[in-house]
Amino acid sequence: MEALWLSMKLAACVAAILLVIGMPVAYWLAYSNWRGKFLLESLVALPLVLPPTVLGFYALLAMGPRGPLGKLWIALFGHGLAFTFTGLILASVLYSFPFAVQPLIVSFEGVDQKLLDASAVLGAGSLRTFWRVILPLSLPGVVTAVVLSFAHTLGEFGVVLMVGGNLAGVTRTVSIDIYDRVQSLQYAEANRMALVLLAISFSVLSVVYAVNRRVWTPWPAK
Amino acid sequence: MDPVAGEVTATMLTARIRKELRVAGASSFLLDVSIEVSPGITILFGASGAGKSTLLDCVAGLTRPDEGRIAVGADVLFDSSLEIHIPAPKRRIAYVFQTLALFPHLSAEENVVYGLKHLREEQRRERAEAILRAFHIEKLRKQKPGELSGGEKQRIALARSLVTEPRVLLLDEPLTGLDAERKVAIVDDLRAWNTAKGIPILYVTHSREEVDALGERVIALENGSVVSAGVPMDVLDAPRRKKLAQAAGFENLLSATVLDLREADGVMRVRLGDSPCEIEVPLGYAAVGDRVQVAVRAGDILLAAERPHGLSARNLIEGRIISLERRGTMVIARVDCGVTFVVHVTPGAVRALDLTAGQRVWLVLKTYSCHLVD
Repeated sequence: MEALWLSMKLAACVAAILLVIGMPVAYWLAYSNWRGKFLLESLVALPLVLPPTVLGFYALLAMGPRGPLGKLWIALFGHGLAFTFTGLILASVLYSFPFAVQPLIVSFEGVDQKLLDASAVLGAGSLRTFWRVILPLSLPGVVTAVVLSFAHTLGEFGVVLMVGGNLAGVTRTVSIDIYDRVQSLQYAEANRMALVLLAISFSVLSVVYAVNRRVWTPWPAK
Repeated sequence: MDPVAGEVTATMLTARIRKELRVAGASSFLLDVSIEVSPGITILFGASGAGKSTLLDCVAGLTRPDEGRIAVGADVLFDSSLEIHIPAPKRRIAYVFQTLALFPHLSAEENVVYGLKHLREEQRRERAEAILRAFHIEKLRKQKPGELSGGEKQRIALARSLVTEPRVLLLDEPLTGLDAERKVAIVDDLRAWNTAKGIPILYVTHSREEVDALGERVIALENGSVVSAGVPMDVLDAPRRKKLAQAAGFENLLSATVLDLREADGVMRVRLGDSPCEIEVPLGYAAVGDRVQVAVRAGDILLAAERPHGLSARNLIEGRIISLERRGTMVIARVDCGVTFVVHVTPGAVRALDLTAGQRVWLVLKTYSCHLVD
Protein backbone atom coordinates (compact mmCIF):
# COMPACT_ATOMS: atom_id res chain seq x y z
CA MET A 1 0.00 0.00 0.00
CA GLU A 2 2.98 2.24 0.57
CA ALA A 3 3.87 1.79 -3.10
CA LEU A 4 0.39 2.82 -4.25
CA TRP A 5 0.48 5.93 -2.08
CA LEU A 6 3.91 6.81 -3.49
CA SER A 7 2.67 6.38 -7.07
CA MET A 8 -0.34 8.57 -6.37
CA LYS A 9 1.86 11.27 -4.88
CA LEU A 10 4.22 11.10 -7.85
CA ALA A 11 1.38 11.21 -10.38
CA ALA A 12 -0.30 14.15 -8.64
CA CYS A 13 2.95 16.16 -8.51
CA VAL A 14 3.71 15.43 -12.16
CA ALA A 15 0.17 16.31 -13.31
CA ALA A 16 0.30 19.61 -11.42
CA ILE A 17 3.74 20.54 -12.77
CA LEU A 18 2.76 19.58 -16.30
CA LEU A 19 -0.39 21.69 -16.14
CA VAL A 20 1.68 24.73 -15.22
CA ILE A 21 4.47 24.31 -17.77
CA GLY A 22 2.28 22.61 -20.38
CA MET A 23 -0.03 25.60 -20.85
CA PRO A 24 2.53 28.15 -22.07
CA VAL A 25 4.22 25.53 -24.26
CA ALA A 26 0.88 24.47 -25.76
CA TYR A 27 -0.15 28.10 -26.24
CA TRP A 28 3.02 28.83 -28.11
CA LEU A 29 2.74 25.70 -30.25
CA ALA A 30 -0.91 26.44 -31.04
CA TYR A 31 -0.49 30.09 -32.05
CA SER A 32 3.09 30.63 -33.20
CA ASN A 33 3.78 31.14 -36.88
CA TRP A 34 7.43 30.28 -36.58
CA ARG A 35 8.59 28.14 -39.50
CA GLY A 36 10.72 25.83 -37.41
CA LYS A 37 7.79 25.01 -35.13
CA PHE A 38 7.69 21.40 -36.35
CA LEU A 39 11.06 20.78 -34.66
CA LEU A 40 9.70 21.66 -31.26
CA GLU A 41 6.53 19.71 -31.99
CA SER A 42 8.63 16.61 -32.71
CA LEU A 43 10.65 17.17 -29.56
CA VAL A 44 7.48 17.41 -27.46
CA ALA A 45 6.06 14.24 -29.03
CA LEU A 46 9.34 12.31 -28.68
CA PRO A 47 8.45 10.46 -25.44
CA LEU A 48 5.48 8.92 -27.28
CA VAL A 49 7.76 6.85 -29.50
CA LEU A 50 10.97 6.67 -27.49
CA PRO A 51 11.40 3.44 -25.45
CA PRO A 52 11.05 4.40 -21.76
CA THR A 53 14.39 2.76 -21.03
CA VAL A 54 16.10 5.07 -23.53
CA LEU A 55 14.53 8.14 -21.97
CA GLY A 56 15.32 6.79 -18.50
CA PHE A 57 18.90 6.03 -19.52
CA TYR A 58 19.59 9.59 -20.67
CA ALA A 59 17.74 11.03 -17.68
CA LEU A 60 19.93 8.89 -15.42
CA LEU A 61 23.09 10.10 -17.17
CA ALA A 62 21.99 13.73 -16.82
CA MET A 63 21.07 13.31 -13.17
CA GLY A 64 24.02 11.18 -12.13
CA PRO A 65 26.82 12.75 -10.06
CA ARG A 66 28.77 13.41 -13.29
CA GLY A 67 25.79 14.59 -15.33
CA PRO A 68 25.12 18.32 -15.75
CA LEU A 69 21.85 18.24 -13.83
CA GLY A 70 23.27 16.05 -11.10
CA LYS A 71 26.29 18.36 -10.65
CA LEU A 72 24.03 21.39 -10.44
CA TRP A 73 21.82 19.68 -7.90
CA ILE A 74 24.75 18.65 -5.71
CA ALA A 75 26.05 22.23 -5.80
CA LEU A 76 22.64 23.59 -4.83
CA PHE A 77 21.34 21.05 -2.31
CA GLY A 78 24.31 18.95 -1.34
CA HIS A 79 22.91 15.63 -2.62
CA GLY A 80 22.41 13.95 -6.01
CA LEU A 81 19.24 13.57 -8.03
CA ALA A 82 19.37 9.95 -9.17
CA PHE A 83 17.42 7.48 -7.02
CA THR A 84 15.46 10.27 -5.27
CA PHE A 85 11.79 11.18 -5.40
CA THR A 86 12.61 14.58 -6.94
CA GLY A 87 14.62 12.88 -9.68
CA LEU A 88 11.66 10.63 -10.30
CA ILE A 89 9.38 13.65 -10.68
CA LEU A 90 11.75 15.29 -13.17
CA ALA A 91 12.03 12.17 -15.32
CA SER A 92 8.28 11.58 -15.17
CA VAL A 93 7.55 15.14 -16.25
CA LEU A 94 9.62 14.54 -19.37
CA TYR A 95 8.03 11.16 -19.94
CA SER A 96 4.42 12.39 -19.64
CA PHE A 97 4.98 15.73 -21.38
CA PRO A 98 3.17 14.91 -24.65
CA PHE A 99 0.17 13.56 -22.75
CA ALA A 100 -0.35 16.97 -21.17
CA VAL A 101 0.65 19.17 -24.10
CA GLN A 102 -1.14 17.46 -27.00
CA PRO A 103 -4.71 17.74 -25.59
CA LEU A 104 -4.00 21.37 -24.67
CA ILE A 105 -2.78 22.20 -28.19
CA VAL A 106 -5.79 20.53 -29.77
CA SER A 107 -8.26 22.40 -27.58
CA PHE A 108 -6.47 25.76 -27.90
CA GLU A 109 -6.47 25.40 -31.68
CA GLY A 110 -10.14 24.53 -31.55
CA VAL A 111 -11.11 27.96 -30.21
CA ASP A 112 -12.66 30.05 -32.99
CA GLN A 113 -10.19 32.69 -34.23
CA LYS A 114 -13.08 35.17 -34.47
CA LEU A 115 -13.57 34.97 -30.68
CA LEU A 116 -9.93 35.94 -30.19
CA ASP A 117 -10.38 38.83 -32.66
CA ALA A 118 -13.54 39.91 -30.82
CA SER A 119 -11.66 39.87 -27.53
CA ALA A 120 -8.85 41.98 -29.04
CA VAL A 121 -11.13 44.67 -30.47
CA LEU A 122 -12.89 44.83 -27.08
CA GLY A 123 -9.59 45.94 -25.60
CA ALA A 124 -8.25 42.70 -24.14
CA GLY A 125 -4.55 41.89 -24.40
CA SER A 126 -3.38 38.34 -25.08
CA LEU A 127 -3.12 37.42 -21.38
CA ARG A 128 -6.70 38.47 -20.63
CA THR A 129 -7.90 36.77 -23.81
CA PHE A 130 -6.19 33.59 -22.63
CA TRP A 131 -7.75 33.58 -19.16
CA ARG A 132 -11.22 34.79 -20.13
CA VAL A 133 -11.76 33.11 -23.51
CA ILE A 134 -9.22 30.45 -24.50
CA LEU A 135 -8.89 28.66 -21.16
CA PRO A 136 -12.61 28.42 -20.26
CA LEU A 137 -13.40 27.15 -23.76
CA SER A 138 -10.55 24.63 -23.52
CA LEU A 139 -11.72 23.11 -20.25
CA PRO A 140 -12.29 19.62 -21.70
CA GLY A 141 -8.71 19.73 -23.02
CA VAL A 142 -7.37 20.83 -19.64
CA VAL A 143 -9.21 18.02 -17.86
CA THR A 144 -7.93 15.55 -20.44
CA ALA A 145 -4.37 16.82 -20.05
CA VAL A 146 -4.42 16.52 -16.24
CA VAL A 147 -6.10 13.14 -16.20
CA LEU A 148 -3.90 11.63 -18.90
CA SER A 149 -0.63 12.84 -17.40
CA PHE A 150 -1.77 11.54 -14.01
CA ALA A 151 -2.73 8.14 -15.37
CA HIS A 152 0.31 7.84 -17.57
CA THR A 153 2.66 8.63 -14.69
CA LEU A 154 0.82 6.21 -12.43
CA GLY A 155 1.56 3.31 -14.75
CA GLU A 156 5.14 4.05 -15.78
CA PHE A 157 7.73 1.39 -15.26
CA GLY A 158 10.81 1.66 -17.44
CA VAL A 159 11.73 5.25 -16.64
CA VAL A 160 11.18 4.75 -12.90
CA LEU A 161 13.32 1.66 -12.88
CA MET A 162 16.18 3.42 -14.67
CA VAL A 163 16.12 6.68 -12.74
CA GLY A 164 14.64 5.71 -9.39
CA GLY A 165 15.75 2.17 -8.85
CA ASN A 166 13.75 0.29 -6.27
CA LEU A 167 13.93 1.93 -2.82
CA ALA A 168 10.94 1.18 -0.61
CA GLY A 169 9.02 4.35 0.28
CA VAL A 170 11.24 6.56 -1.91
CA THR A 171 11.11 5.27 -5.47
CA ARG A 172 9.32 1.92 -5.34
CA THR A 173 6.15 2.79 -7.23
CA VAL A 174 3.20 0.49 -7.62
CA SER A 175 4.19 -0.93 -11.01
CA ILE A 176 7.63 -1.82 -9.70
CA ASP A 177 6.07 -3.31 -6.61
CA ILE A 178 3.87 -5.54 -8.76
CA TYR A 179 6.90 -6.66 -10.73
CA ASP A 180 8.77 -7.46 -7.50
CA ARG A 181 5.89 -9.52 -6.15
CA VAL A 182 5.52 -11.51 -9.33
CA GLN A 183 9.27 -12.21 -9.23
CA SER A 184 8.93 -13.55 -5.69
CA LEU A 185 5.78 -15.52 -6.66
CA GLN A 186 3.41 -13.48 -4.43
CA TYR A 187 0.63 -13.67 -7.02
CA ALA A 188 -2.21 -12.78 -4.66
CA GLU A 189 -0.65 -9.47 -3.61
CA ALA A 190 0.41 -8.69 -7.18
CA ASN A 191 -3.15 -9.29 -8.31
CA ARG A 192 -4.59 -7.00 -5.64
CA MET A 193 -2.35 -4.13 -6.76
CA ALA A 194 -2.91 -4.84 -10.43
CA LEU A 195 -6.68 -4.75 -9.94
CA VAL A 196 -6.45 -1.37 -8.22
CA LEU A 197 -4.40 0.01 -11.12
CA LEU A 198 -6.83 -1.48 -13.63
CA ALA A 199 -9.78 0.15 -11.86
CA ILE A 200 -8.04 3.52 -11.67
CA SER A 201 -7.00 3.43 -15.33
CA PHE A 202 -10.50 2.58 -16.46
CA SER A 203 -12.18 5.31 -14.38
CA VAL A 204 -9.65 7.85 -15.55
CA LEU A 205 -10.20 7.03 -19.22
CA SER A 206 -13.98 7.14 -18.71
CA VAL A 207 -13.61 10.69 -17.42
CA VAL A 208 -11.55 11.67 -20.48
CA TYR A 209 -14.01 10.19 -22.94
CA ALA A 210 -17.04 11.60 -21.11
CA VAL A 211 -15.56 15.09 -21.13
CA ASN A 212 -14.65 14.92 -24.79
CA ARG A 213 -18.03 13.53 -25.76
CA ARG A 214 -19.55 16.47 -23.91
CA VAL A 215 -21.50 14.17 -21.60
CA TRP A 216 -20.55 16.76 -19.05
CA THR A 217 -19.57 20.31 -20.03
CA PRO A 218 -19.50 23.60 -18.19
CA TRP A 219 -21.84 25.24 -20.69
CA PRO A 220 -24.96 23.95 -22.45
CA ALA A 221 -24.44 22.45 -25.90
CA LYS A 222 -25.65 24.72 -28.65
CA MET B 1 -6.74 54.28 -17.13
CA ASP B 2 -8.93 55.64 -19.88
CA PRO B 3 -9.64 59.33 -19.40
CA VAL B 4 -11.37 59.99 -22.73
CA ALA B 5 -13.96 57.21 -22.45
CA GLY B 6 -17.42 58.67 -22.23
CA GLU B 7 -16.76 61.87 -24.13
CA VAL B 8 -16.27 60.76 -27.69
CA THR B 9 -16.23 63.62 -30.11
CA ALA B 10 -17.58 63.39 -33.62
CA THR B 11 -14.60 62.76 -35.85
CA MET B 12 -14.07 61.35 -39.29
CA LEU B 13 -12.40 58.06 -40.10
CA THR B 14 -9.89 58.35 -42.92
CA ALA B 15 -8.13 55.33 -44.34
CA ARG B 16 -5.68 54.86 -47.16
CA ILE B 17 -4.84 51.19 -47.36
CA ARG B 18 -2.74 49.05 -49.66
CA LYS B 19 -2.63 45.38 -48.81
CA GLU B 20 -1.65 42.47 -50.96
CA LEU B 21 -3.04 39.11 -49.97
CA ARG B 22 -0.98 36.20 -51.13
CA VAL B 23 -3.24 33.34 -51.99
CA ALA B 24 -2.04 29.77 -52.39
CA GLY B 25 -1.53 29.20 -56.11
CA ALA B 26 -0.80 31.81 -58.71
CA SER B 27 -3.33 34.58 -58.16
CA SER B 28 -2.95 37.25 -55.50
CA PHE B 29 -5.40 39.90 -54.42
CA LEU B 30 -4.64 43.58 -54.05
CA LEU B 31 -6.70 45.90 -51.88
CA ASP B 32 -5.92 49.49 -52.74
CA VAL B 33 -8.41 52.02 -51.41
CA SER B 34 -8.72 55.45 -49.94
CA ILE B 35 -11.92 56.20 -48.04
CA GLU B 36 -13.41 58.80 -45.75
CA VAL B 37 -16.21 57.93 -43.37
CA SER B 38 -17.98 60.79 -41.63
CA PRO B 39 -20.30 60.38 -38.62
CA GLY B 40 -23.45 58.41 -39.44
CA ILE B 41 -23.95 55.23 -41.41
CA THR B 42 -21.86 54.65 -44.52
CA ILE B 43 -22.48 51.50 -46.50
CA LEU B 44 -19.55 49.54 -47.89
CA PHE B 45 -21.07 47.70 -50.81
CA GLY B 46 -19.53 44.95 -52.91
CA ALA B 47 -19.61 41.29 -53.90
CA SER B 48 -17.95 38.64 -51.76
CA GLY B 49 -14.25 38.71 -52.49
CA ALA B 50 -14.24 42.45 -53.24
CA GLY B 51 -12.06 43.11 -50.19
CA LYS B 52 -14.66 44.44 -47.74
CA SER B 53 -13.65 42.26 -44.79
CA THR B 54 -9.94 42.84 -45.39
CA LEU B 55 -10.60 46.58 -45.33
CA LEU B 56 -12.45 46.31 -41.99
CA ASP B 57 -9.71 44.06 -40.54
CA CYS B 58 -7.10 46.69 -41.44
CA VAL B 59 -9.10 49.49 -39.82
CA ALA B 60 -9.69 47.41 -36.67
CA GLY B 61 -5.99 46.54 -36.42
CA LEU B 62 -6.43 42.79 -36.91
CA THR B 63 -4.54 42.90 -40.20
CA ARG B 64 -1.55 45.09 -40.91
CA PRO B 65 -1.66 46.94 -44.24
CA ASP B 66 1.48 46.92 -46.41
CA GLU B 67 1.23 50.63 -46.87
CA GLY B 68 -1.04 53.55 -46.00
CA ARG B 69 -2.45 55.63 -43.19
CA ILE B 70 -5.48 55.13 -40.94
CA ALA B 71 -6.70 57.86 -38.62
CA VAL B 72 -9.70 58.87 -36.57
CA GLY B 73 -9.77 62.66 -36.59
CA ALA B 74 -6.21 63.73 -35.78
CA ASP B 75 -5.42 60.49 -33.99
CA VAL B 76 -3.23 58.26 -36.18
CA LEU B 77 -3.82 54.51 -35.76
CA PHE B 78 -1.57 53.34 -38.56
CA ASP B 79 1.01 55.05 -40.69
CA SER B 80 3.47 52.98 -42.70
CA SER B 81 5.86 55.89 -43.31
CA LEU B 82 6.01 56.75 -39.59
CA GLU B 83 6.02 53.08 -38.55
CA ILE B 84 2.93 53.59 -36.41
CA HIS B 85 0.77 50.52 -35.80
CA ILE B 86 -1.52 50.79 -32.79
CA PRO B 87 -2.54 47.23 -31.78
CA ALA B 88 -6.22 46.31 -31.99
CA PRO B 89 -6.94 46.35 -28.21
CA LYS B 90 -5.83 50.00 -28.00
CA ARG B 91 -7.70 51.37 -31.03
CA ARG B 92 -11.15 51.79 -29.49
CA ILE B 93 -12.76 50.73 -32.74
CA ALA B 94 -15.75 48.44 -32.33
CA TYR B 95 -16.18 45.58 -34.77
CA VAL B 96 -19.25 43.35 -35.08
CA PHE B 97 -18.39 40.26 -37.10
CA GLN B 98 -20.66 38.46 -39.49
CA THR B 99 -20.56 35.45 -37.16
CA LEU B 100 -21.08 37.87 -34.20
CA ALA B 101 -18.44 35.94 -32.19
CA LEU B 102 -20.29 36.10 -28.87
CA PHE B 103 -18.41 34.26 -26.13
CA PRO B 104 -20.41 31.02 -25.77
CA HIS B 105 -19.41 30.38 -22.15
CA LEU B 106 -20.50 33.82 -20.90
CA SER B 107 -24.03 35.09 -20.29
CA ALA B 108 -25.43 37.94 -22.36
CA GLU B 109 -24.60 40.43 -19.62
CA GLU B 110 -21.08 39.04 -19.13
CA ASN B 111 -20.55 39.37 -22.87
CA VAL B 112 -21.71 42.98 -22.75
CA VAL B 113 -19.39 44.02 -19.90
CA TYR B 114 -16.39 42.15 -21.36
CA GLY B 115 -14.83 45.32 -22.78
CA LEU B 116 -15.36 47.37 -19.59
CA LYS B 117 -12.69 45.91 -17.32
CA HIS B 118 -11.06 49.35 -16.89
CA LEU B 119 -14.18 50.70 -15.13
CA ARG B 120 -15.24 50.36 -11.51
CA GLU B 121 -17.95 47.85 -10.68
CA GLU B 122 -20.81 50.38 -10.27
CA GLN B 123 -19.93 52.28 -13.45
CA ARG B 124 -19.75 49.00 -15.30
CA ARG B 125 -23.22 48.03 -14.08
CA GLU B 126 -24.60 51.46 -14.99
CA ARG B 127 -23.25 51.38 -18.54
CA ALA B 128 -24.40 47.80 -19.10
CA GLU B 129 -27.85 48.70 -17.83
CA ALA B 130 -28.17 51.65 -20.20
CA ILE B 131 -27.08 49.76 -23.28
CA LEU B 132 -29.20 46.68 -22.47
CA ARG B 133 -32.21 49.01 -22.29
CA ALA B 134 -31.28 50.89 -25.47
CA PHE B 135 -31.23 47.63 -27.41
CA HIS B 136 -34.23 46.09 -25.61
CA ILE B 137 -32.39 43.06 -24.26
CA GLU B 138 -32.66 43.59 -20.48
CA LYS B 139 -34.62 40.37 -20.10
CA LEU B 140 -31.92 38.25 -21.74
CA ARG B 141 -29.05 39.17 -19.43
CA LYS B 142 -28.70 35.77 -17.72
CA GLN B 143 -28.95 33.69 -20.88
CA LYS B 144 -26.06 32.11 -22.75
CA PRO B 145 -25.70 32.79 -26.49
CA GLY B 146 -26.64 29.18 -27.26
CA GLU B 147 -30.13 29.81 -25.85
CA LEU B 148 -30.83 32.94 -27.89
CA SER B 149 -32.38 33.54 -31.29
CA GLY B 150 -30.46 35.06 -34.20
CA GLY B 151 -31.94 38.54 -33.75
CA GLU B 152 -31.31 38.51 -29.99
CA LYS B 153 -27.68 37.53 -30.54
CA GLN B 154 -27.27 40.35 -33.06
CA ARG B 155 -28.59 42.85 -30.52
CA ILE B 156 -26.21 41.57 -27.84
CA ALA B 157 -23.25 41.71 -30.21
CA LEU B 158 -24.10 45.32 -31.04
CA ALA B 159 -24.55 46.21 -27.36
CA ARG B 160 -21.24 44.53 -26.46
CA SER B 161 -19.42 46.65 -29.04
CA LEU B 162 -21.15 49.95 -28.35
CA VAL B 163 -20.99 49.85 -24.56
CA THR B 164 -17.24 50.51 -24.80
CA GLU B 165 -17.99 53.95 -26.29
CA PRO B 166 -15.94 53.31 -29.44
CA ARG B 167 -14.76 56.03 -31.81
CA VAL B 168 -15.78 54.06 -34.90
CA LEU B 169 -18.16 51.15 -35.43
CA LEU B 170 -17.47 48.49 -38.07
CA LEU B 171 -20.30 46.15 -38.98
CA ASP B 172 -19.58 43.17 -41.23
CA GLU B 173 -22.96 42.04 -42.57
CA PRO B 174 -24.28 41.81 -39.02
CA LEU B 175 -27.93 41.48 -39.91
CA THR B 176 -27.86 38.68 -42.48
CA GLY B 177 -30.52 36.09 -41.94
CA LEU B 178 -33.03 38.48 -40.37
CA ASP B 179 -36.36 39.32 -41.96
CA ALA B 180 -36.84 42.90 -43.09
CA GLU B 181 -39.01 43.90 -40.14
CA ARG B 182 -36.52 42.82 -37.47
CA LYS B 183 -33.67 44.33 -39.46
CA VAL B 184 -35.40 47.70 -39.50
CA ALA B 185 -36.09 47.47 -35.76
CA ILE B 186 -32.43 46.86 -34.95
CA VAL B 187 -31.23 49.56 -37.33
CA ASP B 188 -33.67 52.03 -35.74
CA ASP B 189 -32.17 51.28 -32.31
CA LEU B 190 -28.70 51.72 -33.75
CA ARG B 191 -29.63 55.08 -35.31
CA ALA B 192 -31.22 56.25 -32.08
CA TRP B 193 -28.06 55.37 -30.19
CA ASN B 194 -25.88 57.14 -32.74
CA THR B 195 -27.86 60.41 -32.77
CA ALA B 196 -26.40 61.00 -29.32
CA LYS B 197 -22.89 59.72 -30.05
CA GLY B 198 -22.41 60.68 -33.69
CA ILE B 199 -19.62 58.27 -34.59
CA PRO B 200 -18.75 57.01 -38.08
CA ILE B 201 -20.36 53.63 -38.76
CA LEU B 202 -19.07 51.55 -41.64
CA TYR B 203 -21.68 48.97 -42.58
CA VAL B 204 -20.69 46.17 -44.95
CA THR B 205 -23.31 44.51 -47.07
CA HIS B 206 -23.79 42.93 -50.47
CA SER B 207 -27.56 43.35 -50.36
CA ARG B 208 -29.09 46.04 -52.53
CA GLU B 209 -32.15 46.28 -50.25
CA GLU B 210 -30.00 47.10 -47.25
CA VAL B 211 -28.34 49.90 -49.20
CA ASP B 212 -31.72 51.44 -50.00
CA ALA B 213 -32.97 50.99 -46.43
CA LEU B 214 -29.96 52.30 -44.52
CA GLY B 215 -27.63 54.23 -46.66
CA GLU B 216 -26.89 57.85 -46.20
CA ARG B 217 -23.74 57.28 -48.19
CA VAL B 218 -22.38 54.35 -50.15
CA ILE B 219 -18.88 53.28 -51.06
CA ALA B 220 -18.85 50.61 -53.77
CA LEU B 221 -15.89 48.26 -53.73
CA GLU B 222 -14.91 45.95 -56.54
CA ASN B 223 -11.83 43.76 -56.84
CA GLY B 224 -10.06 45.67 -54.11
CA SER B 225 -10.73 49.17 -55.46
CA VAL B 226 -13.35 51.82 -54.81
CA VAL B 227 -15.41 52.09 -58.01
CA SER B 228 -17.72 54.82 -56.80
CA ALA B 229 -18.79 56.70 -53.71
CA GLY B 230 -21.69 59.04 -52.91
CA VAL B 231 -25.37 58.85 -52.05
CA PRO B 232 -27.10 55.57 -52.98
CA MET B 233 -29.07 57.03 -55.91
CA ASP B 234 -25.95 58.35 -57.63
CA VAL B 235 -23.79 55.35 -56.97
CA LEU B 236 -26.18 52.61 -57.86
CA ASP B 237 -28.16 54.24 -60.68
CA ALA B 238 -25.23 55.75 -62.52
CA PRO B 239 -24.16 54.48 -65.94
CA ARG B 240 -21.81 52.20 -64.07
CA ARG B 241 -24.74 50.01 -63.21
CA LYS B 242 -23.18 47.26 -65.24
CA LYS B 243 -20.14 47.20 -63.00
CA LEU B 244 -22.35 47.18 -60.00
CA ALA B 245 -24.30 44.22 -61.26
CA GLN B 246 -21.21 42.48 -60.13
CA ALA B 247 -21.32 44.19 -56.79
CA ALA B 248 -24.96 43.16 -56.43
CA GLY B 249 -23.94 39.56 -56.15
CA PHE B 250 -22.93 38.59 -59.68
CA GLU B 251 -19.34 37.53 -59.20
CA ASN B 252 -19.09 36.48 -62.85
CA LEU B 253 -19.59 39.19 -65.43
CA LEU B 254 -18.54 38.02 -68.87
CA SER B 255 -18.72 39.72 -72.22
CA ALA B 256 -20.09 37.47 -74.95
CA THR B 257 -20.99 37.45 -78.64
CA VAL B 258 -24.41 36.26 -79.77
CA LEU B 259 -24.08 33.27 -82.15
CA ASP B 260 -27.69 32.39 -82.90
CA LEU B 261 -31.21 32.99 -81.62
CA ARG B 262 -33.66 30.16 -80.94
CA GLU B 263 -36.86 32.08 -80.45
CA ALA B 264 -39.06 28.96 -80.20
CA ASP B 265 -37.06 27.76 -77.18
CA GLY B 266 -36.70 31.26 -75.69
CA VAL B 267 -32.91 30.95 -75.65
CA MET B 268 -29.85 32.03 -77.58
CA ARG B 269 -26.31 30.74 -77.89
CA VAL B 270 -23.40 33.02 -77.07
CA ARG B 271 -19.62 32.68 -77.18
CA LEU B 272 -17.84 33.86 -74.04
CA GLY B 273 -15.06 36.40 -74.67
CA ASP B 274 -12.49 35.13 -77.14
CA SER B 275 -12.72 31.61 -75.80
CA PRO B 276 -14.15 28.64 -77.66
CA CYS B 277 -16.63 28.41 -74.81
CA GLU B 278 -20.29 28.52 -75.98
CA ILE B 279 -23.24 28.63 -73.62
CA GLU B 280 -27.01 28.92 -73.85
CA VAL B 281 -28.63 31.92 -72.16
CA PRO B 282 -32.18 33.29 -71.99
CA LEU B 283 -33.27 35.11 -75.13
CA GLY B 284 -32.66 38.87 -74.95
CA TYR B 285 -33.06 41.87 -77.24
CA ALA B 286 -30.06 41.14 -79.38
CA ALA B 287 -29.12 40.22 -82.91
CA VAL B 288 -26.57 37.70 -84.11
CA GLY B 289 -23.10 39.19 -83.77
CA ASP B 290 -24.08 41.61 -80.95
CA ARG B 291 -21.88 41.93 -77.88
CA VAL B 292 -23.76 41.28 -74.63
CA GLN B 293 -22.87 40.97 -70.92
CA VAL B 294 -23.72 37.74 -69.14
CA ALA B 295 -23.84 37.77 -65.33
CA VAL B 296 -23.77 34.59 -63.26
CA ARG B 297 -23.73 34.27 -59.48
CA ALA B 298 -20.80 32.24 -58.16
CA GLY B 299 -23.24 30.37 -55.95
CA ASP B 300 -25.41 29.33 -58.91
CA ILE B 301 -22.68 27.31 -60.61
CA LEU B 302 -22.34 23.59 -59.99
CA LEU B 303 -18.86 22.13 -59.96
CA ALA B 304 -18.30 18.46 -60.88
CA ALA B 305 -15.08 16.47 -60.55
CA GLU B 306 -16.16 14.10 -63.35
CA ARG B 307 -18.12 14.74 -66.54
CA PRO B 308 -21.76 14.59 -65.39
CA HIS B 309 -24.50 12.88 -67.45
CA GLY B 310 -28.24 13.18 -67.77
CA LEU B 311 -28.61 16.77 -66.60
CA SER B 312 -31.41 19.15 -67.49
CA ALA B 313 -28.93 22.01 -67.38
CA ARG B 314 -27.87 23.00 -70.89
CA ASN B 315 -24.41 24.32 -70.22
CA LEU B 316 -21.56 21.97 -69.41
CA ILE B 317 -18.14 23.63 -69.53
CA GLU B 318 -14.83 21.87 -69.07
CA GLY B 319 -12.09 23.73 -67.22
CA ARG B 320 -9.22 23.58 -64.81
CA ILE B 321 -9.08 24.91 -61.23
CA ILE B 322 -6.68 27.85 -60.95
CA SER B 323 -7.00 28.44 -57.23
CA LEU B 324 -9.05 27.58 -54.15
CA GLU B 325 -9.35 30.17 -51.45
CA ARG B 326 -11.08 29.70 -48.13
CA ARG B 327 -13.28 32.61 -46.95
CA GLY B 328 -14.96 31.81 -43.68
CA THR B 329 -17.29 28.89 -44.31
CA MET B 330 -17.03 29.23 -48.08
CA VAL B 331 -14.39 28.30 -50.61
CA ILE B 332 -13.91 30.49 -53.66
CA ALA B 333 -12.75 28.46 -56.63
CA ARG B 334 -11.38 30.16 -59.74
CA VAL B 335 -11.78 27.95 -62.78
CA ASP B 336 -10.13 28.56 -66.14
CA CYS B 337 -12.41 27.60 -69.04
CA GLY B 338 -10.88 29.97 -71.59
CA VAL B 339 -12.56 32.63 -69.49
CA THR B 340 -12.21 32.56 -65.73
CA PHE B 341 -15.23 31.62 -63.65
CA VAL B 342 -15.59 32.26 -59.93
CA VAL B 343 -17.48 29.44 -58.22
CA HIS B 344 -18.53 29.18 -54.58
CA VAL B 345 -18.36 25.74 -53.04
CA THR B 346 -18.55 24.51 -49.46
CA PRO B 347 -15.45 23.26 -47.60
CA GLY B 348 -17.25 19.93 -47.34
CA ALA B 349 -17.51 19.70 -51.12
CA VAL B 350 -13.81 20.50 -51.50
CA ARG B 351 -13.01 17.62 -49.15
CA ALA B 352 -15.52 15.19 -50.65
CA LEU B 353 -14.35 15.82 -54.23
CA ASP B 354 -10.73 16.19 -53.13
CA LEU B 355 -10.42 19.40 -55.16
CA THR B 356 -6.96 20.85 -55.78
CA ALA B 357 -5.53 23.59 -57.96
CA GLY B 358 -4.76 22.31 -61.44
CA GLN B 359 -7.52 19.71 -61.36
CA ARG B 360 -9.81 19.17 -64.38
CA VAL B 361 -13.44 19.96 -63.53
CA TRP B 362 -16.77 20.56 -65.22
CA LEU B 363 -19.04 23.53 -64.55
CA VAL B 364 -22.78 23.18 -64.87
CA LEU B 365 -24.83 26.33 -65.55
CA LYS B 366 -28.58 26.40 -65.84
CA THR B 367 -29.75 28.57 -68.71
CA TYR B 368 -31.84 30.67 -66.35
CA SER B 369 -28.92 31.22 -63.96
CA CYS B 370 -27.27 33.20 -66.76
CA HIS B 371 -28.54 36.77 -66.65
CA LEU B 372 -28.16 39.29 -69.42
CA VAL B 373 -27.25 42.74 -68.13
CA ASP B 374 -26.85 46.06 -69.92
